[in-house]
Amino acid sequence: MDFLTLIQLFDSTIRLATPLLLACLAGLFSERAGIFDIGLEGKMLAAAFFSAAIAAITGSVWLGLLAGMAASVALSLLHGVASITFRGNQLISGVAINFLAAGLTVLIAQDWFQQGGRTPSLMGGGRFEPITLPFAENLAAVPFLGPIYSELISGHSILVYVAFAMVPLTWWILFRTRFGLRLRAVGENPAAVDTAGVSVVGLRYAAVLICGILCGIAGAYLSTALQAGFVKDMSAGRGFIALAALIFAKWRPWYALYATLLFGLFGALETRPDVIQNIIGMKVQGQLLGALPYIMTVIILAGFVGKAVPPRAGGEPYVKER
Amino acid sequence: MAETAPAIELKGISKAFGPVQANKDISIRVMPGTIHGIIGENGAGKSTLMSILYGFYKADKGEIFIAGQKTEIPDSQAAISAGIGMVFQHFKLVENFTVLENIILGAEDGGLLRPSLAKARKSLLELEQEYGLNVDPDAVIEDLGVGMQQRVEILKALYRKADILILDEPTGVLTPAEADQLFRILDRLREEGKTIILITHKLREIMEATDTVSVMRRGEMTATVKTSDTSPAELAELMVGRKVLLRVDKKPATPGDVVLDIKGLRVVDEQKVERVKGIDLQVRAGEIVGIAGVAGNGQSELLEVLGGYAKATGSVSLNGEALDLTGKEADGRSRRKRGIGHVPEDRQREGLIMDFSAWENTAFGYHRSEAYQSGLLLNNAAIRDDTAGKMERFDVRPPNPALAAKSFSGGNQQKVVLAREIERNPELLLVGQPTRGVDIGAIEFIHQQIVALRDQGKAILLVSVELEEILALADRVAVMFDGHIMGERQSAETDEKELGLLMAGVGS
Amino acid sequence: MDVIPKWAEVILVPLISLILAAILSALVILAIGEDPVAAVNLMVTGALGSTYGWGYTLYYATNFLFTGLAVSVAFHAGLFNIGGEGQAMLGGLGVALACLLIPWPHWTIALLAATVMAGLFGAAWAAIPAFLQAKRGSHIVITTIMFNFIAAAVLNYILVNVMRPPGSMDPASARFPEAVHLPTLHDILGVVGISFSKAAPANITFLIAIAACFLVWLLLWRTWLGYEIRSYGKSEPAAKYAGISPVAITMIAMLISGALAGMMAINNVMGEAERLVLNAVEGAGFIGIAVALMGRSHPFGVFLAAILFGFLYQGGAELALWTSIPRELIVVIQALVILFTGALDNMVRMPLEKLFLMLRRRDA
Repeated sequence: MDFLTLIQLFDSTIRLATPLLLACLAGLFSERAGIFDIGLEGKMLAAAFFSAAIAAITGSVWLGLLAGMAASVALSLLHGVASITFRGNQLISGVAINFLAAGLTVLIAQDWFQQGGRTPSLMGGGRFEPITLPFAENLAAVPFLGPIYSELISGHSILVYVAFAMVPLTWWILFRTRFGLRLRAVGENPAAVDTAGVSVVGLRYAAVLICGILCGIAGAYLSTALQAGFVKDMSAGRGFIALAALIFAKWRPWYALYATLLFGLFGALETRPDVIQNIIGMKVQGQLLGALPYIMTVIILAGFVGKAVPPRAGGEPYVKER
Repeated sequence: MAETAPAIELKGISKAFGPVQANKDISIRVMPGTIHGIIGENGAGKSTLMSILYGFYKADKGEIFIAGQKTEIPDSQAAISAGIGMVFQHFKLVENFTVLENIILGAEDGGLLRPSLAKARKSLLELEQEYGLNVDPDAVIEDLGVGMQQRVEILKALYRKADILILDEPTGVLTPAEADQLFRILDRLREEGKTIILITHKLREIMEATDTVSVMRRGEMTATVKTSDTSPAELAELMVGRKVLLRVDKKPATPGDVVLDIKGLRVVDEQKVERVKGIDLQVRAGEIVGIAGVAGNGQSELLEVLGGYAKATGSVSLNGEALDLTGKEADGRSRRKRGIGHVPEDRQREGLIMDFSAWENTAFGYHRSEAYQSGLLLNNAAIRDDTAGKMERFDVRPPNPALAAKSFSGGNQQKVVLAREIERNPELLLVGQPTRGVDIGAIEFIHQQIVALRDQGKAILLVSVELEEILALADRVAVMFDGHIMGERQSAETDEKELGLLMAGVGS
Repeated sequence: MDVIPKWAEVILVPLISLILAAILSALVILAIGEDPVAAVNLMVTGALGSTYGWGYTLYYATNFLFTGLAVSVAFHAGLFNIGGEGQAMLGGLGVALACLLIPWPHWTIALLAATVMAGLFGAAWAAIPAFLQAKRGSHIVITTIMFNFIAAAVLNYILVNVMRPPGSMDPASARFPEAVHLPTLHDILGVVGISFSKAAPANITFLIAIAACFLVWLLLWRTWLGYEIRSYGKSEPAAKYAGISPVAITMIAMLISGALAGMMAINNVMGEAERLVLNAVEGAGFIGIAVALMGRSHPFGVFLAAILFGFLYQGGAELALWTSIPRELIVVIQALVILFTGALDNMVRMPLEKLFLMLRRRDA
């Protein structure tokens, strides 16, 4: 296998990992604050539709991105109302949100565009175009590093760079700021936060909102950068893979990057069975690769390979008690 | 000299939770630089009152004055700003954070952590020197003992410049030695001009530590007196509303053969901490053996092992036959088959399913017994009949088998449990905290039932943190401390003082 | 003390939730420029106006009965089995194997064998998450979600590489032999002289589903095992005290749950498609969640909720056929029902509690 194939493989790994990474970090904020979120999938899907729809109507991908984020945030707020304000079951709320998004996107798409639940294909300003980083063309000829820079690192859409920049930013927010300290505390012991005079509800809503924004970007990336338009159910389980990655990453930002890159690689390999055959000299079923993130997560959850300890107050609505 | 304003003054505080009136027109004045005790039974409304003062609940009526100023306390932040700090019974610490992180949480300086942590480290050193409260700032909370964790809670309050410190049942989890240490710290704080409110249901602590004491009963403040002008007997009377003679009418025991024989019993809990460290104990037929001790010294684990839901090493035999401590037979069902009844320490958590009806709860633990089956199915009618009889014999009110357990009062819930366990005619009855949260009327009844079972020649192992109860009920007392049995006494030949020393780990 | 009387808890709370979901759905229909009243009319005639409509309604209801019961049994043990979808897929595999591997002389024996296989395969698929929850504390919601995806991959692999008849391009098994054809409601009702649509897929499985409802009720409220399941679901410490093994109950409840979900396959795979296709379950596993929540996890409630969802499903299909409202409307309604009866339960309950407290005060 040649070097260029490898670069191509990694390039598509990055593209496939980006929405996973964004959704995974979204879930990280929410779950670190003690709000389980199995509605990542639905939020991504809603965002994917609304960004593509608004981008198609206005011709501006940026307006599309905003609309996608707004849709995702709206679902986040719904999750917040159910699980924070009304102290409902967070898992059931997440399930409901996934279905709500799956149904509404098609319903609205059909109403707006009459194309069988899809948006028109996006063109020009309606999509996030690849960005060529400075000197990418000049350096392409440099052996080894040149192709890595010009092919692998350069040439992605702006959202890819946003996603990767979010990793250190998330780490910094969580572990170096007051907000981060309180966020982590509220996911571990909300009573400690409450008695310290800080609003549990406020913090959790903040976390849920950040989750919505990040899911919004993830969804917008799907329909306006990775693809050119929305199709029914286009999130295709990515929200659940992101959830798997979050557990795999033990709720840590840097690990989230590694986990989503790994799962992105599985995705990339699924489309290039020849590459695996070259490497291990054996044919691997596509279905196995597709299921691998889930299988690995189950193994992690089983605690056979390092124990994944979720935030202690996760999933529990906070009720004041004496 | 002009009269100094009280540090805290509450006027006419009332608070209801649904139909329950938790606080009724309560007024209290706490003078600065004093330790003011608030005493009352469980459920008397002490914690509710303090939660109102700390902004956890909003009073329905009434006013709060801090240092003479009328103050609104809508939330904890307002309480903190008013100089109030609270140490809760269950600590409010983030277990996997360091001491320092816990201390700054909610009181950070600015958006970034680094400067806040540096500042807190410095202040912590100062506080240490001022009050002798040393704690490693970088230790993670879950690695610290309870005494240390409580210290962190106190430091949290002091770091927030609290002038008024409220402690809610602070010694519940402490050993007597740790409790003494706590009281020394409180003395020191008082010397530095802090005002301290100590909430407890333990008379001894009130007498030892406070300057003034207020007594609460059923949501009302019944009296406020100078501690030096009162006696434990008077306080007890004020607490329960009538003269209590915590004496149970019983004949001297006539112990028979050894029923329960425990040898070298060790229990290691899920956190790999050894809770019971090799104890030997015997209980004979026709006697009540009481286990005294501060909560958390291994008594609960002992009951769990005997009740069949914790594993242990060592040997336990019942009427000469060994009990399985680790294998397939180490479960509640096998224990019941062997004739061990168990009234658990926490009836709401373990002894009952609160959502189940009284009749379903009467079958609890015995639901597989033959009397309750008809063929493959449960004989619900038989269970209901059985329950109706039990409710009558044990005077459960209201005597309605269909009512959910949560609809009964604490005393009546306990009677449901007791009826279930006693009427099985067990060889050995395990009883944990039989009268916790039970009204006075029911206490006597419950004690009588336990004594009656003894008089039938059954063996009874009683665990209680209430020394008075142990002394009144048990024929023989064993004191547990730190997983060991510190000593055994005939209850007729000992007193609270001697047992108190044993509970503190001092003595033979 | 209970603030809300039991009748209100059982009837009023779900009813209000349902009405809220219905109002919102009507608004959605309005928003896409259709007439909600006309839509409801169309749904009612389409789903209940003919024996053909009823035949489909009951066919769908049969699926939802099984998955709704599956979710309910797990709920009673305090477990959220979100893996009904995967368990039903595997149940389908069991049915297909039973029907294809052995030449059954008569459909009755085949049905028995297929039911056992469906239950076994469904239970097996629930067993691993159950074991991991019981023994290793792995969160069963996450593991069952993962197992749904793994089930899809497994089924995909088997259909494409193993069960696909030679020469066929379709990722589906071969057709089942004629001998295992199950009697439809048309056949059954014909015996007693009632004419019922021949084209509708409702079949004898519906009766099995009703029997399952009864058996589940019997299990939960009339046997010590059900008593243990409910006890454990209410309080784990209490269960331990009473000598109820958390590991055993977690395993048993999940195995029953998985078996019920798997048994759905005798309806859709054996009764309707008569071969195993990739997307045979069509989300029925998830609808089971809505059905269980709506039916308050009680078999009778589940029965009513399953019929309701059967109606919605068939009615929704009719809508999609005759108007521009896509079938996804049902997914929205389903989401709203889950939302209101499950997650926003307290939103409905809190005002009711206040109301009853007020009424009681006035009485007092």
